[in-house]
This record gives sequence, C-alpha cells and structure tokens, in this order.
Amino acid sequence: MLNNSPFFRQPASVRSVMLRTLAALLPGIAGYVWFFGPAVLVQLALASATALAAEALMLRVRGRPVWLFLSDGSVLVTAWLIALTFPPIVPWWLIVAATAFAVVVAKHLYGGLGQNPFNPAMVAFCVMIVAYPQLMSQWPAVGFTDFAAQMQMVFGERRIDAVVMATPLDFLRTQLHTEEARETVSAILGAGATFGNIGGKGWEWIAGGYLLGGLWLVQQRIITWHIPAAFLATLVVVSGLAQFADASRYAGPLFHTLTGGAMLGAFFIATDPVSGATTPRGKLIFAAGIALLTWVIRTFGAYPDGIAFATLLMNICVPLIDMWTQPPVFGHKKGGPP
Amino acid sequence: MLQKLFRFHGGVKPAYHKEPSIREPIGAVPMPGELVIPLHQSIGGPPHPLVKAGERVLKGQPIGAPDGNVSSSVHASTSGRVKAVEMRLAPHSSGLAALSVVLEPDGLDEWIERRPVPWRDLPSSGVRDALRDAGVVGLGGAVFPSHLKVNPGKDGKLDTLVINGAECEPFITCDDAQMRERGERIVRGAAILGDLTRAERILIGIEDNKPEAVAAMERYAAAVGDPRIRIVAVPTRYPAGGAKQLIRVLTGIEVPHGQRSTDYGVQCFNTGTSLAVFEALELGQPLISRIVTVAGNVARPRNYEVPFGTPMRHVIDLCGALPDTDRVIMGGPMMGYLMPADTVPVVKATNCILVGSARLFPPPPPEMPCIRCGECAKACPADLQPFELYWFAKAKIFGKAQEYKLFDCIECGCCAYVCPSRIPLVDYYRFAKSEIWAREREKSAADEARERYEFRLHREEREKQEKAAKLAAKAAATREKLAAAKEGDAAPAPGAPSAEEAKKALIAAALEKAKAQKAAVGTPANTDHLTPDQQAQVAEIEARRAHLKEVAQSVRPKDDE
Ligand code: SF4
Ligand code: SF4
Repeated sequence: MLNNSPFFRQPASVRSVMLRTLAALLPGIAGYVWFFGPAVLVQLALASATALAAEALMLRVRGRPVWLFLSDGSVLVTAWLIALTFPPIVPWWLIVAATAFAVVVAKHLYGGLGQNPFNPAMVAFCVMIVAYPQLMSQWPAVGFTDFAAQMQMVFGERRIDAVVMATPLDFLRTQLHTEEARETVSAILGAGATFGNIGGKGWEWIAGGYLLGGLWLVQQRIITWHIPAAFLATLVVVSGLAQFADASRYAGPLFHTLTGGAMLGAFFIATDPVSGATTPRGKLIFAAGIALLTWVIRTFGAYPDGIAFATLLMNICVPLIDMWTQPPVFGHKKGGPP
Repeated sequence: MLQKLFRFHGGVKPAYHKEPSIREPIGAVPMPGELVIPLHQSIGGPPHPLVKAGERVLKGQPIGAPDGNVSSSVHASTSGRVKAVEMRLAPHSSGLAALSVVLEPDGLDEWIERRPVPWRDLPSSGVRDALRDAGVVGLGGAVFPSHLKVNPGKDGKLDTLVINGAECEPFITCDDAQMRERGERIVRGAAILGDLTRAERILIGIEDNKPEAVAAMERYAAAVGDPRIRIVAVPTRYPAGGAKQLIRVLTGIEVPHGQRSTDYGVQCFNTGTSLAVFEALELGQPLISRIVTVAGNVARPRNYEVPFGTPMRHVIDLCGALPDTDRVIMGGPMMGYLMPADTVPVVKATNCILVGSARLFPPPPPEMPCIRCGECAKACPADLQPFELYWFAKAKIFGKAQEYKLFDCIECGCCAYVCPSRIPLVDYYRFAKSEIWAREREKSAADEARERYEFRLHREEREKQEKAAKLAAKAAATREKLAAAKEGDAAPAPGAPSAEEAKKALIAAALEKAKAQKAAVGTPANTDHLTPDQQAQVAEIEARRAHLKEVAQSVRPKDDE
C-alpha cells in the first residue's frame, strides 16, 4: 500500500511482551525450587525444548517463516505454564507429550499465534489430568528436595510413595468429602505436614512470588489490573461467603488464594490475551467467571485444581462476552452532554 | 482563573522532534521559476479556472472560482504570466494529476488592490462570501472551507470557540512559530471569529510542550484585551490537536462523529486559520501562502512562509536534504501522506514537508498476527476496538466493521503506533472505508436508476389509467347528450337540431379540442402536464436524491483541523 502512515512506531514487539512475561515468572519459580527442589527446572527445560521443536516443525509444515515466529517467545510462555502447573515429578514423557499436544493441536491446528480460542497450556493440563489422573495428582512432599531421587521419578520407573503426596487442595477435598472422614477444615489444616501457616506449606511463598511478578507485569503495562483483580476478588468473596456459612466445611479466602494455581491463574493464565476477553468490562466478567468456576470445581469437583477447566469453560464464552461489553465509542457515551 | 481540563481516552506520547525546526524564525522563500497552483485545494467542489494561458495576473488575483458554496476560491500567489492551465501531478499519495494554473512569476510581486472587508456592517452571509472569495480554509491540514463553519449554530450563539494551537504531531512547528511571531493577528482573528459565531468564550488551546508559544500568546492576548479570550496550556499527548479531542479536553464535550459541533455549542478553528481570517477581513488579503515546517532528514530544519504552488523541492533545497533521503511526506509522521515526487507543489493543506529516510523511519519489522493484547484499544482516542475493526476489515466483513464504528476512526495512527505485532492497522481501515464508499456509490447509482425506472413505469401506468378514465367520462357525456337529444326528438320543437346534427356537432367539437391540444403541447418537457400527485412524487424523489448527495458529502470532510 502506498499510503502508510504512521511512519514510525513505538519499539514494542511480541517478543518483548513474551520475554517480560517469562521474567515475571522467575520469583515464583525461585520459591518453587526452594520448597520442592530443582526438578521443576528440568521440567521447564524439557517443556521449552519440546515446545520450540514442535513450534518449528509446525511452522515449517504450515509454510510460515520459522525463525520470525519462533523468536516471538510466545511458545515458551505456553511451555513454562505447563511445566509450572504440572507436578514437578511427573515422568518426562508426560511433560513432553503435554507440551507437544499444546503446541501442535491447541495452538497450530487452530491457526497458530493469535488464533487459538483456548489457552494451549490449559488444554494440555485438562487432557493429561483426564488421561493420567494418578500421575497428575502426585506432588513431592514439601522439603523433599533431593534432586537425585526426584530425577529417578522423572526419568526412571520408580515412584517413591513415601515422599509423594496430594496437593493441599486435593488433600483437603478428599478429607472433607470421603464418607467416613468427617473432619473439619481447621482440623485438617492444623494437622501439619501438608499445610503451612496460611495456605499449603511452601505454596504461600510460591504464590507470593507469582504475585510479585504479576504486579510487575501490571506496572509494565503488559497486563491490565482488570483480570487479576476480578479473579482474586471473586475468589475471596465466594470462599469468604462459603466459610461464613459453614467454616467447618469450607476453607477461607486466604487458603484459596494462596494455594494451588490461584496466583499463577490470576496473573499469568487468565491474562493470556489471545484466548481471553479484551474489553475492560469483559475482562472483569471473564476473570470473575474463572474464579467462580475454579472455586466450584475445587470444592465440589473430582479434580485437584479447577483453574484449567474453569479457564477453558470461560474461553468458550469470550466471543459473547466481548460482543456484549463493547465500550461506548467517543461521543456516543451515555450520560454525556446532548 | 484556572481552566478545568478534561481527559480524552487513549493517545500516545511519541518522540516529538520539534526543537530543531523552531530554532530559527520563520524564513522567506525566494520566488521559484514556476508556480503550479492546483485549483482543487479544499474539501468541496473543484474551483473553475478564471484565467487562460498567456494572461497576466496580479498577486492575490482570483484564478479559480468556487464551485457552489461548498468550495473555496484560489488566487495567484504572485504576479506573473499564466503559462498554462493544465493537468499536473498533485500533492496526493494517489499520484494522480489535477487541473492546475502554471504561473511564471515576473518578479514584481505586484498586488491587486486590497480593500479591508467591512465585516462588522455586513450581514453574516456577506462575511461568509468574503471568506470564501478570499480562499480561507482550515489550515490544520483538513482544508475544510472556513466560511461554512463561521456560524453560531442553531441556538444563535456558541458556548465556546476553540482555537487549536495544540499542534500534536511530531516534527511540525508551523503553528508554534506563528503563535510566537504573529500571535497578535491570531488573537485578533480569534476575536473576529468569536464575533461571527457569537461565542461567549474563546479558548486558545496549546500543548504544554510549547511554553514559549503559550507565553507569547498570553502577552498578545493581554495586549488585545478581549475578555472572552483565554490561553490554555493542555497536557501534551497525541492527538490532543484533533479537533474533537481538543474540544473534549477544553470543554468536556464529546462531539459524535458526523454531527455538527455547533449543535453542541462549540466550534474549532486552527490558529493558522484564525490568522488567515484576520488577514482576509482586516487587510483584504486572500490566502496565497502559508507557514510550512520543513523537517526530518534535512541539515537545517526550519519554518518558511511558502507561496502556494512552490515546488516542495524548492523549499527542501533551502534546508539541505541529507544524501540518504528517500521520500517526502506531506504532514507529520503519524497522519502524513507520502508524496509521489518531491516536485509536487505546496498547497493549503501543506503544514509540513517531512523529509524521510530509511534511517529516520525504518521500515517496520514484518507484520505478525494480532495477539489481541488490546494495546491498540488502550491507545485509541476514539474509544474504538481497533483489533476488531482490523479483523473485520481483513475478512471484508464491512457491515460488522461499520457496526463497530469504523467511520468514527479519525485515522490518527495511535493503534498502529503501539501494536506489538506491527500491523499497519490504519491501512486496513483506509481500505475498508474506501471499499464501503465505493459500494455505497454503486448502490446509490443503482438506486437512482431503479427509482427512475420505477417512476417511469408508474407514470405510464397512471397515464394509461387516466386516458381510460377520460375516455370513459367522455363516452358517458356523449351518451347523456345523445339521450337528451333523443328526448328532444320525442317532442321536436320546430328548428331544433336533429339527433344527427347533435352528434355531428359533438364530433366537431371533439376534433376542435384535439387540434387545440396538439397546438398547446408543442415540444413537451416530460415533466409538463403531470398531475399534482405526480409532481409531488417527482419533488419527493428529487429531495431524497439531494439528501443522499448531502449525506455522501458529509461523510467525507474530516473537520479535524
Ligand atoms: S495492538 Fe496489535 S496485536 Fe495488540 S490487539 Fe491491537 S492489533 Fe492486535
Ligand atoms: S487510527 Fe482509528 S482506530 Fe486507530 S487509534 Fe486512531 S481512531 Fe483509533
């Protein structure tokens, strides 16, 4: 086209957006390594390598410029989210398969960068938790940071049952909902090993790391406040109401926000721009929906954490949400002058 | 008293690059060997040439007459001989030629007789005519004929007259320079515009990155001492100089797209326009030159007063284009247009000659897919969702694009400026708009043809029916008369005409009538002897057509001077 103003642009790029997102994950990862050992770093590396390879392959197959798209970094964000939401001691092939599935099916078969209606990392998570529910709910005990033993689980056949346990969420759920165990939340939470001062032991620190990185993303204007705020506020309100109604059966807001993938979900998963709502009001609705569904699935569902399913369910609603929440255009605002 | 300011949504803060061109005062341009003055320099109808090759013209002599009221005069920028009236390459990115008056200056620069316009004593229509005949148009770049905007609107008065000295585009400093050096005329022009629009207050808005201009204008305003006038520094944020955005910032009013701002009690003129109004009315000088910023890839950026018709290259040469120069842009980097050659003339819309190079404006890295990050929506001053518009434009779903208010887009370029995927978003909008215009033109042409056809069918049908009715009536009358004659027969009075004779008389009368009709018809115009009903229909169709035309025209002008 001849007529191509503007003639200069802000030096922004998809790559810089993605790289800064990865950087924002680092504090959370640091906490993760501290409490659960360095296995997660191996998983991150596995996922990254698989993602890059799968992306390169798909770009070649689809006839796209490989280096240009590979270097945008978006596929690394998907890979890291997979590695961080999966238990760090899952066998290596599970991470590889999950990542490959996310990139090949959930991203490229839907049209590649910018086209996928579902968050690829969450698609992978849901598929794997349905296919391998056992492996997907085994977490190392906090403090079990013996790298060699972890690697045996990742690359060997041996599962060392003594050091494997359910996540705090999972534990709480099974304890509360199995017929015979009629314990109260406070009793379970007070029971020790799995639980820390507020959330799950160690989890609250990891959550704190994600919170820190997430706030930095907001400050960097890579994400807006709408999604994290609406997500966390909804989770707090819903779990608070439930706790108020029956404190012996429902865990409170602090537990819910600081355990499992809540912080990761609020700042890094629900904020995926491609598959999320885009209008300011739409973002609020979208994030509130994810939080509500997450709480419902956590509390009444059969899976250890609900964020992945909740995200996919809300992804389906995005076109409708966006359509209904189009902000008024300049001069067409209600309540303005004539 | 502090002026309360409002915010507009979005906007960006590009690097301004204004300082280099504002160091020197406004310079004069030596007369070039040839001026090429395009006749069509404003929104509206192209003016008709008033001169022929070989004629001598004086400086300020009209050479193009306005085509109707939505048009504006064009004048000779200096005295000299008309070499030709012919098609010449126009300063437009299309690369098309336009009818131009080619003038060979005689070096005498001899003015026509200049007489101030007694505008205080003239009816408002007289003042408007004077402005039109002086060729005054919006000098912010939109070149909308000013005389069409000089009215108080339907309330008979205006709350606020906004004088736009914001000048938000990077590189451009022509308004800044003018405000510093010729601010008194701007202020006096603003007062005149305030009188003409019966404005209660006049706010001159200037971006706060031009403190010298603000200080100078405050001095001039104090000297003129018009209590209505206030100088207001507004926060620097592109596009604060968009008419709608500046009105919003100064008054809080948002004028919707396609509506007259006077209906909202506001009107907006550029500072350069204000100066042109002063010179046209108080000095009797038509608009024959303007201040142009030459900036970008030149050794000595500066503002010049340039007579219209001067080749851009002539001005660029004064500033020393750097060797790697590869393009010339008219306007700023955000909304400017690429020129087909550096030889095209400076016209009323030329606020800036931006000399470019690949170093200064590197070609954008390859376009990536939209990641729906929403950066563009955050930056859009029209509160649009640019990525949705982009999607609809790309998929050619134009109906949806219009639903998402494509035509509210002011093409400011903020969205493309911030897009991390480097999508040339504005190009997509321009494409979609031109496609929609083309389709609407086709459709209205088809509608017109269909209407004409339907009307003809309708008329033929009517005529047939009327003929039938007339014949029936005549037959009935004949029968009655025959019956009457028969009655007469029954009791024949002596000397009374027989039935035979009565019949003959009737026939003769009918023949007479037919003859008379034939004579009366002569050369019939096809709208003559229509029934009033049909005439009303014709009028209605004409009115609708005129309305359509008006609508079509009203979508075009961007009054964002
Ligand atoms: S800024 Fe670019 S990538 Fe982001 S939503 Fe807008 S068009 Fe898409
Ligand atoms: S060019 Fe149009 S869509 Fe883009 S920011 Fe400006 S007004 Fe909004």
